Amino acid sequence: MQTNFLGTPLKTPLVLASGVLGNNKAILERVWANGCGLPTMKSIGPAPRDGHSNPTVIDLGEGMINAVGLPTPGYLNMETEWLELENRDFPVNASIYGGSVEEFVMVAEFVATKRPEFIELNISCPNSDKHGMLFGVNADASYDVVSAVKKAVDIPVIAKLTPAAPDIAAIAKACEEAGADAICAINTAGPGMIIDIESQMPVLDFKKGGLSGPMIKSIAVRCVYDIYKAVSIPIIGLGGITTGKDAIEIIMAGASLVGMGTAVRYRGITAFNKVNKEIDDWLAAHNTTMDEIRGAAHREGK
Amino acid sequence: MITDLRPVMVTVADKEVHSDSFATLFFDFAIDFKPGQFIMAWIPGVDEKPYTISHHSPQRFAITVEAKGRFSKKAVALEKGDKIGIRGPFGNGFTISDKPNIAVVAGGCGMAPLAPLVDALEASRNREIILIHGARSKEFLLYPERFSTHRRICTDDGTQGHRGFVTELLEQEILARDILAGEDNDTPALDMVYTCGPEIMMAKVFAICEAHSIPCQVSLERYMRCGFGVCGACVCSDRVVCKDGPVFGSQTLREMEDFNTTALLKSGKPVPLNEYASWRCQ
Repeated sequence: MQTNFLGTPLKTPLVLASGVLGNNKAILERVWANGCGLPTMKSIGPAPRDGHSNPTVIDLGEGMINAVGLPTPGYLNMETEWLELENRDFPVNASIYGGSVEEFVMVAEFVATKRPEFIELNISCPNSDKHGMLFGVNADASYDVVSAVKKAVDIPVIAKLTPAAPDIAAIAKACEEAGADAICAINTAGPGMIIDIESQMPVLDFKKGGLSGPMIKSIAVRCVYDIYKAVSIPIIGLGGITTGKDAIEIIMAGASLVGMGTAVRYRGITAFNKVNKEIDDWLAAHNTTMDEIRGAAHREGK
Repeated sequence: MITDLRPVMVTVADKEVHSDSFATLFFDFAIDFKPGQFIMAWIPGVDEKPYTISHHSPQRFAITVEAKGRFSKKAVALEKGDKIGIRGPFGNGFTISDKPNIAVVAGGCGMAPLAPLVDALEASRNREIILIHGARSKEFLLYPERFSTHRRICTDDGTQGHRGFVTELLEQEILARDILAGEDNDTPALDMVYTCGPEIMMAKVFAICEAHSIPCQVSLERYMRCGFGVCGACVCSDRVVCKDGPVFGSQTLREMEDFNTTALLKSGKPVPLNEYASWRCQ
């Protein structure tokens, strides 16, 4: 299942979604050891930020709703983590965010000196008033962020997009034109809200939160399908992927790599190994390969 | 039925006040439960925090709260009839040893998760339980009348029992057994030590157990968000305390460099344990 992504060999095509685990080197390594080809660090921001108070993450059964709110020590306060990661034998994807183009560039320039394999621009988080999604729903703003970061760093840049964009393919196209090396789609959907009818209160402290897990899979598949038609750079497809068949489905929509996050809730940290095996089994049973099925749903007559 | 999905609002059925800072809140609801597991308790508009279950029967459970920070002060002030949101249970709980000679070492409110374990151990036959219970002073000793098992008590200020630390009593117990074992076989060595309390205390208990080749289980505490192993806020080395723990056994503890050294703040910043502890009490 070894694959090559933007020049970096990955032992499997599975990516850990940002915001899930990813808080220290030890847990990233454990995720990698359990079959994830590319673990993603928790999003790194420009300044220390606690995120929201609890409740921040609730399992709705068919997926989760969360408003963790981009907690971060801040990019200048992560020496312990960077020191630990210096001697790693696995690749990492460093997710970053900012409240302005300048902040994105500032964080990206610093993070690039730590030599992660990839930098992922989180221009799509719904859980902060000032950060993220403001960019991801606007093609011009997405273009500005990506092109500024691309000029500042020499590490492959991945733009992570939100399904809240009215035309996600147009955003992806703008990112590609700005020099993005890959697209990651999708971030959480919504935002949604749950209200406890006894206390008559929204359950999440931030009131609204991003939706993930099986209930958003069909949105993710549609987004990857639309993006694949619009761009020629590779796509990391994620959103509700929980099984090998889910992975096959999003690869057929056009994904080169497949991300998982909420699946850890439903299948444990070994979800990656399980899904790798299920992908392998399906490909073997159908006598085909990932390269052959990538974008297969776009073929004429299908 | 309370589940590990969205919180269910439940009414405080009874409240037992232990001292100025401790109270136990009882709820008349069914919850699947294993000693050592925890729930997330939500006070709307305030916060949501993890609490181990301190009493359990088929139709009733309780949490014991120590007023320390903003949330726990509100929780201790709840009265019979007030409502609180509960989801859970979460975590792995204690693995109950099938061997007979057990020590339970509790420090302060660390007695709360251990109490249902002691209940379960007392309910099973052929157990020899040694309960070593420490607190700052007499009034902080939880559930003084609860167990039939004899407890060896110690307090920091000497207001009850031995003046000193639980670890001193544990060492005494182990050494006495070692000496007696040389003379007769009536005082067998300990088969398992369960502990919960300040992490520095648990680390010392674990070190003593290691020195005497006794298996040990400790219950850890970290800042938590999801409760089910996804968000990563509570990582301790490569373990997720909410899902892989909160109870960890000797083999895992040996590999956990963060045990008794490092914990993450709400921002995700790793800090020394004393800095984390003072932040958690705010």
